[in-house]
Amino acid sequence: MNLILFTFIVLLGFTSYYFGRRKAYTIQSSKKRLTALPQFYGYYLAIWCAIPAFIIFSLWAIFEPTIVKLLVLSDYSNQGYLDDELNLIYEKTKSLSRGQFTGEITPFIEASAEKYLSLRSIAQSSKAVIVLSIIIASVAYAYKRISSNSRTREPVEKFLNAVLFTASLAAILTTVGIVFSLIFQTIDFFKVIPLFDFVFGTHWYPAKAFVRDSSEALDPTMYSDTFGAVPIFAGTFFIALIAMCVAIPIGLMSGIYLAEYASSKVRQYAKPLIEILAGIPTVVYGFFAALTVGPFLKELGTSMGLEVSAESALAAGGVMGIMIIPFISSLSDDVITSVPQSLRDGSYAMGATKSETIKRVIFPAALPGIVGSILLGVSRAIGETMIVVMASGLAANLTFNPLESTSTITAQIVVILIGDQAFGDPKTQAAFALGMSLFLVTLCLNIVALRVVKKYREKYE
Amino acid sequence: MNKNKEQLLNKRYRAERRFRLYGQSAIFMALLFLTIFIFKIFSTGYSAFQKTWLIVPVNFDAEMMMIDQNPSKEDLQDADYYDIALKSMADLDQNANDDQKNQLKRMVSYFFEKEIKNEILNNPSLIGKTKEVYLTASDDLDQVFKGNYPRDLPEDQRRVSDYQLKIFDQLVAKGKVESKFNISFFTYADSREAELAGIASSFMGSIFSILVCLMIAFPVAVLAAIYLEEFAPKNRFTDFIEVNINNLAAVPSIVFGLLGLGVLLAIFHLPRSTPLVGGITLSLMTLPTIIIAARASLKAVPPSIREAALAMGASRMQTTMHHTVPLSMPGTLSGTIIGLAQALGETAPLILIGMVAFVNTIPGSPMDPAASLPVQIYIWAESAERGFVEKVSACIMVLLGFLIIMNLFAQIIRHKFEKKWS
Repeated sequence: MNLILFTFIVLLGFTSYYFGRRKAYTIQSSKKRLTALPQFYGYYLAIWCAIPAFIIFSLWAIFEPTIVKLLVLSDYSNQGYLDDELNLIYEKTKSLSRGQFTGEITPFIEASAEKYLSLRSIAQSSKAVIVLSIIIASVAYAYKRISSNSRTREPVEKFLNAVLFTASLAAILTTVGIVFSLIFQTIDFFKVIPLFDFVFGTHWYPAKAFVRDSSEALDPTMYSDTFGAVPIFAGTFFIALIAMCVAIPIGLMSGIYLAEYASSKVRQYAKPLIEILAGIPTVVYGFFAALTVGPFLKELGTSMGLEVSAESALAAGGVMGIMIIPFISSLSDDVITSVPQSLRDGSYAMGATKSETIKRVIFPAALPGIVGSILLGVSRAIGETMIVVMASGLAANLTFNPLESTSTITAQIVVILIGDQAFGDPKTQAAFALGMSLFLVTLCLNIVALRVVKKYREKYE
Repeated sequence: MNKNKEQLLNKRYRAERRFRLYGQSAIFMALLFLTIFIFKIFSTGYSAFQKTWLIVPVNFDAEMMMIDQNPSKEDLQDADYYDIALKSMADLDQNANDDQKNQLKRMVSYFFEKEIKNEILNNPSLIGKTKEVYLTASDDLDQVFKGNYPRDLPEDQRRVSDYQLKIFDQLVAKGKVESKFNISFFTYADSREAELAGIASSFMGSIFSILVCLMIAFPVAVLAAIYLEEFAPKNRFTDFIEVNINNLAAVPSIVFGLLGLGVLLAIFHLPRSTPLVGGITLSLMTLPTIIIAARASLKAVPPSIREAALAMGASRMQTTMHHTVPLSMPGTLSGTIIGLAQALGETAPLILIGMVAFVNTIPGSPMDPAASLPVQIYIWAESAERGFVEKVSACIMVLLGFLIIMNLFAQIIRHKFEKKWS
């Protein structure tokens, strides 16, 4: 229904474009000067068609559900139901009218489902009638107004400018959406679990917080010692640390080698090859870590008489490090190549060898940029999900032994939210609280890193 | 004194060589990882493109199928194939007891009934005759045939019994086991049985998600980039938008999954597990990537082009839409493809919005529940059956193939169509 209406409106838009342009041609043929190219007259009419349609559609989308709900529930309003009960009745009505209702069907609900359906169909048809008549009226009005000296280019361009501006708000809207989706659940979570327990508690067993029966009152003591996030934060930073121990030396040294030593031929092939590592989906790394690296380390450990978990932090962190190598290598490569040649020449002139120049002159000069690239790498390591979900443990152990298994923020979010979620349950909210802390930590890292890199670039430009 | 100097110099030269060696070994290590990686995936995955078939004689006995000699099409559709299917498996060993018959049945996939049915639907004249039919081998025998299954394990530790192996070896000796290209891997949906599992459902899920993502992210990102690069005044607000875009590009993908879950599913009540929601979530993720690429390529269009258009009397909007934007398109498009390639490989946000649900039908629209290729990799990697290991690797090969094609395409667009100004 909506689709047909939409196609119809689009067709109307094209027709009004055609009429607008035709009117411009008739004005032109009567030897009057136009103030804009003929197609602007067409666009002008098309906009007069699009704006009212858009406004009515969005108003309808906002108000229709509320009004229909009010009307359906007006039957029940003076029977002393509570708000929650009314909401439940309405949900049942809706699912019955969609044919998805599974419970016991009472005649009451059947009647209101019928009412709901008839109201919906009335709403749909009145929407079609109202939209079409208003569009036609507005296009006709605009068509009348067009004359030889009316301005059409300026309004059309203003409209386009507004569209462009709205599109640029998408980035802000996304950020707002992220904060919005996280913050309410997080606040609800901290209403049940004190912030102190979350930040300093050392026991994390979300499985203990089974889905609560909604008829029971919420008992906060039930969750004491359940949502202490210290083991998870520790695990996250520990795995990130292991990853950086792999990524920094290899990434930095290959960045330096590519920038300073490699012939242009080696550079031409080695650089894109290393960057392939960054293009491989993380789920593939996860599979590799879980199926190859984990068992390999376990066997290696057993042959040396060590007890190694098959889901060791070392396997997950190591593979994550491989994933981060290209980020560090290409960023530090960029940073090093942008160090001015005069610094190198000065150092060589004093008799320094190449490695001495790199270590004592170029590296200190490029340090801020390199630190920035490492920070970006850390932020990636903390936010990485699939490798840890597949290769590290899912139980949160507070340990700093790389051969044991630990869990991370991202892995816990997936563990909690995979499958069906009950919103309003502390367990689900805990995932959002974890997401909030992840978002904040990576946000700080990113802002600092981007600042540092930007400052550094300005220094040599 | 002189000797000392020489020693010092030698020491410095040695340090130089050592440093160089560190650099070379770092590059070597990175490339070694890449090689091990690709080798491992290919060596475990290539065998999934072959499928093992047992060639079993089937007697299409009309009486057992409960139809008469000249059945109509409907009769054949409704006929009973289970008995003849069972009998033809049991006939592989004339003196099998009931337990052994059961084991014989489990040598083929549970699709065997359907495979026999298809045979006779294609050729109804087979009734009353005996014909050799290709039946999909069970995934354990499939793995045995491919040599991925250790046969020397004690019997109680393997899923194939000694009896099944004996019969299987007899069939191999008679040339009644054949390996053919595994078409069903590409045409079947997901299944709990490894031998019947295919990537068709997740592939379509990926395609739908990427299309939704493209349809949302591309127009919005290009329009935003045009505004920021060509029209935006330089003030605090546009600075804020810039900072936002740069930060969004570095937000962990799982946070976008939480956004999809908390806003798209919980507030807008969009259908769970669908490529529609997946595509919207991915589009929010790719938005900054495309905006950054589009801005860079708009910036690369030299100001002389704009000045020439303005001098000819074009308005700023006309200059932008008729000249600057078309000239920047190659760069924008290649950036878009790279962004989409990233989105194609993304897993975590899709898991959160429920695209991990087991789907054994092929989705026909973005509103049907589906998985996606990376999520399929995750699902199969988590399942314990041995037959899935090679499937995972094969699925990874397909995914990597797509990523390589997309990146090549982006390169080609960039090199072929981008104008070099200077």
